[in-house]
Amino acid sequence: MRTFLKLSSSIGLGLTVIPSFLIFAQTITWKTYLTLMTIGTLLWFLTAPFWMKEEN
Amino acid sequence: MEFTPKSTLTQKLDAVDEFERTPIPANKLKGAGSFWGMYAGEHIAGTEFVIGPLFVAHGISAGDLVSGLLVGNLLAVLSWAFICAPIAIRRRLTLYYQLEKICGPRLTLIYNLVNALMFCFLAGAMIAVSATAVGIPFNMTMPALNDFYPNSIGWIIAVLIVGAATTVVAMFGYTQVARFANYAAPWMILMFIAAPVAVLPALGIHSFADFWPAAQQKIWTGIPLAGQSQFTFWHVMFFAWFCNLAMHIGMSDLSILRYARKWHYGFAPAAGMFFGHYLAWLASGILYALFLLESNQSMEFAPGPVAYRAAGLAGVVCVIVAGWTTANPTIYRAGLALQALMPRSKTWKVTMIIGLITTLAACFPALVMKLLDFVALYGLILMPMGAVIFADFWLLPKLGLKQDYAVWQQIVFSWPAALTWGVTLLICFLLPIELFFKALPGWFIAIGLYVSLSYVQQRVQVKELAGAKV
Repeated sequence: MRTFLKLSSSIGLGLTVIPSFLIFAQTITWKTYLTLMTIGTLLWFLTAPFWMKEEN
Repeated sequence: MEFTPKSTLTQKLDAVDEFERTPIPANKLKGAGSFWGMYAGEHIAGTEFVIGPLFVAHGISAGDLVSGLLVGNLLAVLSWAFICAPIAIRRRLTLYYQLEKICGPRLTLIYNLVNALMFCFLAGAMIAVSATAVGIPFNMTMPALNDFYPNSIGWIIAVLIVGAATTVVAMFGYTQVARFANYAAPWMILMFIAAPVAVLPALGIHSFADFWPAAQQKIWTGIPLAGQSQFTFWHVMFFAWFCNLAMHIGMSDLSILRYARKWHYGFAPAAGMFFGHYLAWLASGILYALFLLESNQSMEFAPGPVAYRAAGLAGVVCVIVAGWTTANPTIYRAGLALQALMPRSKTWKVTMIIGLITTLAACFPALVMKLLDFVALYGLILMPMGAVIFADFWLLPKLGLKQDYAVWQQIVFSWPAALTWGVTLLICFLLPIELFFKALPGWFIAIGLYVSLSYVQQRVQVKELAGAKV
């Protein structure tokens, strides 16, 4: 479960930053960029507290 | 409700309460990693959404900004490493206890209160930053760069809502927000990378080669907005160096670095200065430049809409989180400092008073628009006491004088320290140079004053001691 949460958090961080480089390279639309970034944000905040809490 | 702090930030604040009046024992010292991580997280905050854009507004040129930030942040790191850390690892005491041993509890109380007042205004600015994001769905009229007073009822309502929420959480649920700040830190760092990268094409930057010409022509143009003073390399350098003056030269981070195993952990703030300040100020400047371009040089100054344009909902969340997670611990610390005056009062009542003062201050947009000046003033006001600690530790013994005079003579108020503080600030305010530059000569003035006044105070006792030894 912990591994799944960490993986999800990593994906969340990836979706936070990678779309910006894709929009810079004009390989995705602005709407897609915003959607992916929002999903990444939600994924991070919904998963990180569970495994970060244990580590703290 | 009791505080049950478990998060990293709260542990650090608790660490200030643990071993408050004793040196940190060897088994409680921390490794380098915890300092690097802590400083990286704590220097990406709501203030970054304001400082970067203000540099743009003050017409800094691209070259001056990049070089000024490089030199200034480097000087800040060196100040932590060579001025604060060596004393921190030798004494292993909190700033407050160190001051009390030198200046006496009464003067230390005054220092606490001044610090609390500064915290209030800083927290107020961060509440205002968050309010600019909260107001977006309501088409709230955003404040403008030259605004001093509230510009609309909507603004006041937004500030009151954010201020009330922040205060209530600080009163009853501070622990959770402190923990939340730790969760948010890695994500916020990436947001400060992602958002500016995404908007570079809108600034005509489609490749690495495009960046520098666009940076000079469209982002950091060298031309200030109407009503704003012109910034140069020196303004940026001194601001970057002294924006955390209270912490390094001012010695506030004695409380943090007293846990360091070795003095060179004093270089750990580099993570905050370069990943935090350097990166975040460039990033927020890019976002604001796009806003100016698309709004035809609008005087509106609001981080919320700027971040929304660049990153949509994620950008709005980032501004709210950044402002809130800076305001909350700041209100908490201000409450602790004020409680020293009212020890019989409940913590929640004191925090509520602080929150009220802070929220009222946040209604005035000037707190945000003049943040650079306020931060410079904050450091300047507290700097002389850092100089007192420095002089007391390094210079007095070399001159045959006693350290920790208040403990030695059992006094509650050190007049040399108090005069040093007051006279240094008076001289600094009278110096015919801009605010950002005053702290450097001020530090030397404070050192000279404290050493001289200590000599006057101690010469009789020191002679008696010398006579007794013979």
